[in-house]
Amino acid sequence: MEDNVAVIGVGLGKVGEHWEKSLRDLAIESIWMAFEDSGIDKVDALYVGNMSSGQFIEQEHLGALIADFAGLGPIPAVKVEAACGSGGAAFIEGYMGVKSGMYDYVLVTGVEKMTDVLPSKTTSILANASDRDYEAFNGVSFVALNALVMRRYMHEFNVKREELSIFPVISHKNAPFSKHAMYRKEITLESVVNSPIIADPLTLMDCAPICDGAASVILCSEKKAREFTDTPIIVSGLGLATDTLGVHDRSQMTTLSAAVDASKKAYKMSGLSPKDMDILEIHDAFSIMSALSIEDMGFAKKGEGTKMALEGQHYIGGDLPINLYGGLKARGHPVGATGVYQIGELVYSLRGDGRVDAERGLAENIGGSGATISVCILERGD
Amino acid sequence: MDVPRHWREQIKRYRLMGSKCRDCGKLSYPYRTVCPKCRSRNYEDYQFIGRGKILTFTNINSPPKEHKYNLPYAVALVELMEGPVITAQITDARAEELEIGMEVEMVTRKIMEYNDDGIICYGYKFRPIVEYSHP
Repeated sequence: MEDNVAVIGVGLGKVGEHWEKSLRDLAIESIWMAFEDSGIDKVDALYVGNMSSGQFIEQEHLGALIADFAGLGPIPAVKVEAACGSGGAAFIEGYMGVKSGMYDYVLVTGVEKMTDVLPSKTTSILANASDRDYEAFNGVSFVALNALVMRRYMHEFNVKREELSIFPVISHKNAPFSKHAMYRKEITLESVVNSPIIADPLTLMDCAPICDGAASVILCSEKKAREFTDTPIIVSGLGLATDTLGVHDRSQMTTLSAAVDASKKAYKMSGLSPKDMDILEIHDAFSIMSALSIEDMGFAKKGEGTKMALEGQHYIGGDLPINLYGGLKARGHPVGATGVYQIGELVYSLRGDGRVDAERGLAENIGGSGATISVCILERGD
Repeated sequence: MDVPRHWREQIKRYRLMGSKCRDCGKLSYPYRTVCPKCRSRNYEDYQFIGRGKILTFTNINSPPKEHKYNLPYAVALVELMEGPVITAQITDARAEELEIGMEVEMVTRKIMEYNDDGIICYGYKFRPIVEYSHP
């Protein structure tokens, strides 16, 4: 027990287009929400998950910036970058800070400010997650990379586009409850299928939105956490793995091998298996990523990632609810912040929000087109 | 695209120059100085013929800013006949003509022009194989 690491505070800022707020405003807001939630007001270190502040707002050095303006004092503070997987990667660094005994209290903040630039520039910046010289140079956008994988998946497993379009519907179903979500409304399957095509076969409503947001969580040892609460949320399994940067170099284009590897590590560390999971937060940046994630983390056979979704098992009340606060699709996908939002949302669900009685949950955060994937398993510690 | 960054890749792009592992024979495009199969660092240049088939493709409606003057365009993953898979635009074909398995060949084309430095970047695209008839 003394070795365990727990999450004792969560602060999830409203996701959206925040014209009036800067990156530092967003980060500070979520940090102080997390302080308020935890009952403490100082930490020993800060890890910032962020993909591309240098490109989006011409600001690097986020560790010092945020520690300074959030009033954290002269603590160690660094930025962790792994494209859209930055938040999950920062969380793992924060975990190690506590686990190693180096720090008592660690703050992990994911933040991204994407809407200061025009959409075509955003598209270009996001493409930096791919191989700039040999993928993006040739005009492939990030959406296009996912579209390439999706068409191949449909071809190899004889899956229809309409079947994959169920995932945005599931994520949106949970969004009205989610106070911090960008789009708090339900959508229909028809609206996904009939929305404008961005890169065929992907439509606009298959894709998570561009937005601003910041999320913070505070970590400490389970022993310390029990001074604040009787039901701490324990980090019981973590895994991070990488794959080839380019989609073209994968031996199996339709397998996220980093999801296979990262989830195996997390299952091994926790002593749990897929069937022990009550709820999931999966990285539904694009509908195809949901199906691949469910398969490659061991919840469905290859090619059958849409099966449970189509049977209704991923809604609340089903066998395996997913994306209980709207997922990337409806909550929004402020890229470097997303992984921390997922952890925070998992904590909310495990603490009990009146909708599910879940003891264990898993969050999966994908960087790029699957070149970095982190998996985190949390357990209610009562 | 800054000038040196494109300049140093010219040969690799114009001649489809990748690498071959001298120990296990593994071919790579783009070139790799560490073999992804056997980790050998013993490699040599290897020029690909430039023929292959489409594994998957998409038509882009919402391009990155440096490619917005090229709309509409298709990109594909092309499996070269020697084995490696390459990401490239498909040219000289209408979107509705493309299909998985279609045989394509490399051509040298302009990739982007209207970038910040004003340099014209050429590179490879692929097109459906053209059968020439000689009179």
